[in-house]
Amino acid sequence: MEIYYLTIKEAIGGLKKKSFSALELTKACLQRIKLIDKKLFAFLTIDESRAIEKAKEADRLIRKSTEAFRTKPLLGIPIGLKDLFTTKDLRTTAGAKIIKDYIPPFDATVVRKLKEAGAIILGKTNEDAWGHGSSGENSDYGPTRNPYNLDRVPGGSSSGSGAALASGECLMATGTDTGSSVRLPAAFCNLVGLKPTYGRVSRYGIIAMASSFDTIGHITRTVYDNALALEVTAGNDPYDATSSSIPVLNYASFLEKKIKSLKIGFPKEYLVEGIDKSVEENFYDTIKIFEKLGAKLKKVSLPHTEYAMACYYILVPSEVSSNLARFDGIRYGGERNLFGAEAKRRIMLGTYTLSAGYYDAYYLKAAKVRRLIKQDFERAFAEVDVMIAPSSPSIPFKIGEKIDNPLQMYLSDVFMCPVNVAGVPALNIPSGFIEGLPVGIQIIGPHFKEELLYQVGSAFEQETKFYQIKPEI
Amino acid sequence: MNKPKSYIGLEVHVELMTKSKMFCQCSANYFAKEPNSQVCPVCLGLPGALPVPNKKAVEWTVLIGKALNCKINNVSKFDRKHYFYPDLPKGYQISQYDEPIANNGWLKVKSQKSKVKSSNNETMKQSNNEKLFRIRRVHLEEDTGKLLHVGQETLVDFNRSGVPLVEIVTEPDFDNADDVKFFLEELHVIIRYLGVSNADMEKGSMRIEPNISVVSSQLSVVSKKSKTEKLKTEIRLPNYKVEVKNINSFRFVKQAIEYEVERQIELLGKGKTPLQETRGFDEKKGVTYSQRSKEEAHDYRYFPEPDIPPMTFAKKYIASINIPELPQQKLKRYIKDFKIKESDAFTLTRELGMTKSFEEIMMHPEIRKLEITAQEVVNLLLNKFRNQLSTDKTAEKLIEEIAAVKKLKVDIANSFNEAELNNSITLIIKKNIVAVNDYKKGKLNAVMFLVGAVMRELKGKADPIIVKKKLIEKLSI
Repeated sequence: MEIYYLTIKEAIGGLKKKSFSALELTKACLQRIKLIDKKLFAFLTIDESRAIEKAKEADRLIRKSTEAFRTKPLLGIPIGLKDLFTTKDLRTTAGAKIIKDYIPPFDATVVRKLKEAGAIILGKTNEDAWGHGSSGENSDYGPTRNPYNLDRVPGGSSSGSGAALASGECLMATGTDTGSSVRLPAAFCNLVGLKPTYGRVSRYGIIAMASSFDTIGHITRTVYDNALALEVTAGNDPYDATSSSIPVLNYASFLEKKIKSLKIGFPKEYLVEGIDKSVEENFYDTIKIFEKLGAKLKKVSLPHTEYAMACYYILVPSEVSSNLARFDGIRYGGERNLFGAEAKRRIMLGTYTLSAGYYDAYYLKAAKVRRLIKQDFERAFAEVDVMIAPSSPSIPFKIGEKIDNPLQMYLSDVFMCPVNVAGVPALNIPSGFIEGLPVGIQIIGPHFKEELLYQVGSAFEQETKFYQIKPEI
Repeated sequence: MNKPKSYIGLEVHVELMTKSKMFCQCSANYFAKEPNSQVCPVCLGLPGALPVPNKKAVEWTVLIGKALNCKINNVSKFDRKHYFYPDLPKGYQISQYDEPIANNGWLKVKSQKSKVKSSNNETMKQSNNEKLFRIRRVHLEEDTGKLLHVGQETLVDFNRSGVPLVEIVTEPDFDNADDVKFFLEELHVIIRYLGVSNADMEKGSMRIEPNISVVSSQLSVVSKKSKTEKLKTEIRLPNYKVEVKNINSFRFVKQAIEYEVERQIELLGKGKTPLQETRGFDEKKGVTYSQRSKEEAHDYRYFPEPDIPPMTFAKKYIASINIPELPQQKLKRYIKDFKIKESDAFTLTRELGMTKSFEEIMMHPEIRKLEITAQEVVNLLLNKFRNQLSTDKTAEKLIEEIAAVKKLKVDIANSFNEAELNNSITLIIKKNIVAVNDYKKGKLNAVMFLVGAVMRELKGKADPIIVKKKLIEKLSI
């Protein structure tokens, strides 16, 4: 197998054994990008010279001592960063034309942590502008394509991160998840994607979409890789007042734990009309696998699910309209007419719902509903350890299929948005293929119980090994 | 016809002198710094930057709230206030909307006017010319950047962006500009006593926005019984209010209010209702002018600031924030403990620096040896040493100087010929008939002119206090 398809665990093994160097690994990814990214459009910016320089630095450290991996757990691993991640001296566009030339003077906390952990930043990945979207088609620069079928969307909004990792352009990629944006591209690209608990990973330096929903996650090939990366990115940040000081665990150590007699719930409200028959079948197959692994499966109820999307699409645009107010073209960036259609739509929606006379009926009401949805999850977790649900109601759809119908597009996230409303963590893991296209399930856990997600995800992954299936491009 | 009645409320902004800004670690001391030299991603509102509240600023807001007899709320939060202006880099100001840190307070102010006017607030206690004005709320927010107009261009300096700003809002309890001035002066002194701001109007670290409305006829007063069976009166306020901005001294506040009241009375006299609007103040012409009407008023689209979790204050925390002795308490103590004149005690307690010098001197063991009264010390502090107090003179140094003055007085008293003094006084009385007549007609200040003339005659070799005493004796014959 090509080295650009290695998992992080395998790559670190190879680097330690000197089977290849960090420079070779980095060059392999850069070469891969040159070869196939014209078809995919996963990257918006490539930082080739700095990546090569950093790879050489990593090799020097590895040559000195393989102990270097103790303090730098991602040493020499080439990664892609979603373009919402602010990077010092490296263009950051948020997938939006209005700041097409913006070069930030500082690193996001997570970017700093990844750099300190030795990761090699290859560049910035394409995305729906500002994170607004489920398909990648809302990028102001053009859509990213799904490596498993170039006519299909890779899922969004972290579309470039999903496509880049699935196609071997990097070994890990970051994402943000406000409503589905890490999990959906992971599901559509046969990858493991984490939406951490709100507050688990610092938001400092991540261009805000909806501040009380935004979570900073990452996409990897395996559950182990994902756990390893969370150990790097998680933790309290004095620059983010909403980041939690709950201790960061050694997440990878939970992977060997069995899931026998673990209670796994599945919300009955998610298995109703609107879900593709094939996706539903895939989900029931998944349940059978968990049962085979010894878990106790149980139907649970999240009674306010039907209000979740309405709640989400009032609160999120409200915050979006506020967060995008700073892009006024005065200090940096272009004029506001450069905002794309989706951004304009959300600015208008949010401005309306916050306006005098409408605030109580919309924002305030939705904030109350949000508390009820949170309670739904709390009550469910009193009965079960984790919940599972299909990640998407459909298989990866065709480019252009939903772009003219925003409401249809919003419904791609119907199983994921409630998780963000509640603020709990969720992990997408591959659950197989339908018509040659990847589908995934999400494991949803109680607040700050990411280790449980990894434990359950790993058991399923070991049983199924879907991650070994690579796309043909 | 009934006399028109004014309703005046105040919004006072006070910039805190914390080391760092409200939500970032930049220096909050922006005065006279090179433009845009005290900035970072947070106070520039760069994408991705997040605010982290300054604990000291929160603590000082609690302190101000306590000093103004407010209720300190156990839970308080920040909100976003949206409007578009080039000096506001995020497109919103982080402020507080419905859950301020402190509310429902009051401040008693001694009116220095001999005539006590009737007041709006019926529950107000009046004694000794003291009036009580209610404080509606005290909240914390961030300051904006500053616009500089240079020729055809407008430049923005963000050094001030994010400096902590406390907003103090009163009820519309004032009915005249003099009371407003006394209130503001008292508030100014309190803020300086608390050591949280230099409250310098000229530098803009204290800003006043009065809101004014007038009713021309007798108010309809609705009386109703409250739960406690006490009679409560409810005053129906006018249905409009005019806010005046851009005022940078107490004197101009007074002028602006007086002008605005006149203007509104005139309109009401013509049967018109003044417009609800924001007006600016032109200090050169002494007039207010329309800036923004009600129709153009902002919809600020407030909502809870999602980047900052709500603050909860434990009772213990609130109790741990101690208010220092405030000017009014000090004044009472000085009169009681040192037996000094009330007017001198008032002047002394206006400036914390002077009270510090005074207390240090009075506590010093050396001062007892001088056999000098507290009143004499105060006289010297207020007259002779006043300008030196800001130059950090130690108590020892001041006592030395007091001793020197005292010794000089003793020397003068010893060496001085009583007859020479009497002769001079007689001479001066003869020479200054106008001043003498003024004095006899009741212009008591005229005596100071005569004291000066005697002192000049004696080439300063006399104690002015003795001269004054002797003069008054002679004049009252």
